[in-house]
Amino acid sequence: MRRTSRATHAPPPAPAGPGRRAFVTGALATAGLAAAGCAPPDTLLTGRTRLRQWNLFAGGDGNRMVEMHDAYQAEHPEVDFRATTFTWGAPFYTKVAMGAAGGRGADIATVHVSRLESLAPGRLLDPIDPALLAEFGIDDTVVLPNIWEKCFFEGELYAIPIDTHVLIQYINLDVCRQAGVLDADDRLVEVSGVDDYFDLLREIQGVTGEYGLSMDTWNPWSNFWALYRQQDGDIVFGEDDFEMDDDKALAAMDVMYRLSEEGLAPRHSRDADTAANLSNGHAGLMIHGNWEIPTLEATGIEFSATQFPAVFGNHRTRGDSHCYVFPHQRVRDPERTRAATEYAAWMLHNSLTWAGGGHIPAYQPVVESAEYDALHPQSEYREAAENVQFEPEAWFSGSAGRLQEEAAGALTTLHQGTQTPEQSLDQLKATIRDLMSVPSPV
Amino acid sequence: MTQNTQAPAPRTAPGSATAAPRGLVDVRRRPSSWTGLWFVLPFLAFYAVFLLWPAIVGFGYTFTDRSLAGGDVSFIGLDNWSESLTDSDMYDSLWNTLWFTILSVPLMVLLALGMALLTDHARRLGWFLRLSFFAPFVLPVTVMTLIWGWMYNPSLGLFNGTLGRFGIEGPEWLFSEDTAMFSVVIATAWWQVGFNYLLYLAAMQSIPKDVYEAAAIDGAGVWQRIGRITLPMLTRTTALITVLQLIGSLRVFEQIYLMTSGGPNFATRTVIQYIYDSGFVGLRIGLASSMAYVFMVLIIIASVAQFRLFSRKEG
Repeated sequence: MRRTSRATHAPPPAPAGPGRRAFVTGALATAGLAAAGCAPPDTLLTGRTRLRQWNLFAGGDGNRMVEMHDAYQAEHPEVDFRATTFTWGAPFYTKVAMGAAGGRGADIATVHVSRLESLAPGRLLDPIDPALLAEFGIDDTVVLPNIWEKCFFEGELYAIPIDTHVLIQYINLDVCRQAGVLDADDRLVEVSGVDDYFDLLREIQGVTGEYGLSMDTWNPWSNFWALYRQQDGDIVFGEDDFEMDDDKALAAMDVMYRLSEEGLAPRHSRDADTAANLSNGHAGLMIHGNWEIPTLEATGIEFSATQFPAVFGNHRTRGDSHCYVFPHQRVRDPERTRAATEYAAWMLHNSLTWAGGGHIPAYQPVVESAEYDALHPQSEYREAAENVQFEPEAWFSGSAGRLQEEAAGALTTLHQGTQTPEQSLDQLKATIRDLMSVPSPV
Repeated sequence: MTQNTQAPAPRTAPGSATAAPRGLVDVRRRPSSWTGLWFVLPFLAFYAVFLLWPAIVGFGYTFTDRSLAGGDVSFIGLDNWSESLTDSDMYDSLWNTLWFTILSVPLMVLLALGMALLTDHARRLGWFLRLSFFAPFVLPVTVMTLIWGWMYNPSLGLFNGTLGRFGIEGPEWLFSEDTAMFSVVIATAWWQVGFNYLLYLAAMQSIPKDVYEAAAIDGAGVWQRIGRITLPMLTRTTALITVLQLIGSLRVFEQIYLMTSGGPNFATRTVIQYIYDSGFVGLRIGLASSMAYVFMVLIIIASVAQFRLFSRKEG
C-alpha cells in the first residue's frame, strides 16, 4: 500500500486540466467581466439582495457609520451590503451626479439636503415611495416638519433625512469657570444681543489673554447666514435679480468685522486651527459645527456645548441635513429599492449611535429617548434642530456649493480687516449677481 | 501546420531558385514591420482613448451648454467662448497663474543652479547635499502642504513662533492677500527644486575634467572657471530646465488648492482652479471646456515662443 501510494506521486501526471492558453483566455475573460462591472458571481449564486451605498463621511462620523453598518449587516444576512466612502465636497457630488447621469448610480447615497436642487431631482435622483417608507415606520410623524418639508421637490419625496447638523457654541469649561460665566450646573449664562455677547467675550478674553471666541474665518458663510437669519434677513431669488436686506446683512457683517478687529476672535483660523484654539485655552468659546464633538473628545479637555449664541436675540443657526437619496438608475430593481428603503429606515431607527458623533438625529423617538438625554453634551443643544436655518434655494447654493465658495472670498476680508462691511457686501452682491447671470446647468 | 509551408518548396522549379530566397526575405520583413506596430499599439490605444478622444470631445463640448448634472444638451454656438474671454474672474485667475510663474521660474532655475554648483564643489559633503536637496521632491503634495501649512500658521506655526521669540511679529503668510502667493512660491521651490537641481548636477558632472585642468594651469580661479567654463557649457541644460519649469509653473494647481484653496479672497486662485470650479463645482462642463482650451492655446504660445528664443541663442 505504502509503496503504491509513493509510486503514484513519483511520475508527474500528464496535464489533464486546461492548457496554458485556455487558462490565459479564461483569466482574461474573467478580468473582462469584472472590469465590465457585472455582478460578482457570489451574489448571483447566493441569491442575496445586492445593496450598494455611497457616503461622504470620512471623519469621526464615518467611524460611527461603519459601526452601524456592521450591526445592520449582522441583522440582515440576506442583504449583500457594501458601503463606499468618498471625500466630502465637490469630488463627492461630482461622482454622484456622473454616476446618476449614466443611470448607473449606487442604490442609495448620502447627500446634504441643501444640495437636493443641484442634483436635479427627477433626472439624477429617483423619487422615493412614501408608502413603502411608512411601511418601515418612517413618515412625517417621526421627523421634524421643517426638515421633512426640505425633502420634497415639486411634490415628490426625494430624500430621507438622517440628521440635522448645525453650528453650535462650544464651551471650554476650565476657561469659562475661571471667567465666572458659568452657572452652578456648568451652563453658560444666558446673554442676548450684540453688546451683551461682546461683553461676555471680553470677560473670557481677560482669562485667556488671547481670544474670547474661536471661529472659522476662512469659510465664514455659515456664520454669516446664521447671524443674518437671526434678524429675519433672507435672500430671495427672482427671475434675473435677487432681493437681500442690506441693513441686516451689514449688521451681521459688522459683528464679524468687530470680533476680529477687537481681537475677540482670531483674524486667521482655518481647518484644525479653530478647534485647536479652544482646546489650547486660547479661547473660551467656539462656534463650529456639531461634528467637531469627536475631535474635542479626543483632546481630553473638559468641554460642553450649547446652541448658537443669541447675538441678535434668538438661537437661530445655520444648518443642513444629511439625507439618503436614490441616485437615478435606468433599470430600477424593485427588490433592491425595497432593501434600500428598509436599510434607510433601519439606520434612522438606530441613529442613537449616529448621535454620538454630534449630529442631531432626524428620527424624533431617538431624540426624545432617555438614552439621548444621557448623551452629553448632545442633549444640551437638541432644540437647535428646531432653530435650523437652511440655505437660500438656488442651484448654486448649499454645502460645498458655488455660493459658499464664492461668498467666502468676500466674507474672509471682514475678519482680516482688509475690507469694511460695506465693501464686503458690495462684493458679495456682485458675486451673487454673477452666479445668477449664468444659465442654470441643472 | 509547419509541414504545409515546407511542402511547396521542393516542388519549385530549379529556375525559380532565386525567387524563393527573395520570397523568404519578404516573408520575414513584412511581419517585422507589423511587429513594431503591435508593440506601440497599447500606448497608441491609451493615447487615443484617454487623450485624443477626450480632447476632441471636449472641443465639441465648448459649443454646447452640457452640464455635469446631465439633462438636455443644446448647441449654443460661441457663447461659452465669449463668456470665457470676457469674464473678469478668468483674467484675474490667469494673472495669478502668470504671477506664480514669474515668481517661481527664475527662483527655481537659479536656486537649482546654485545648489548644483555647491554640490559640485563641496565634494566631501556631496552625498549629504544630494540627499537633502533632492529629498523634498519625493514627498507627495499632500504631505508637503500639511508640513508647510502648519509652519506658516500665523499663531501656532514654526516661523512666527521663532520670530516671536526675537520679539518680531511675523507676516501672515498664507492668510494675507499680500503674502499668500509668495508663501506658496517658497513652499513650491523647496518641494520641487530638486528635479532641476538633479538635471543641473548631471550636466555639470559630464563636463570633461581636462577643460578645468587646462584652465587651472593657465591660472584661472574658481569664479573664472565657473563663469567661463561651467555656465557656458550648461546653456542647453538651462534652456531645457527653463522650458520644463515654465510649463510646470503654468500648470500649478494642487499645492495651491490644498494650501489656500485659492484664497484669501481669491488672491491665489489660479486658472486651473477656476476651470475646476466652473466645471465641477459649478457643473458647467461646456464653459469649463472652453476655458481649458483658451488656456491651452496660451500655454502653447508661451512654450513655442520660449523654445524659439532659446534655440536661436544656441544657433
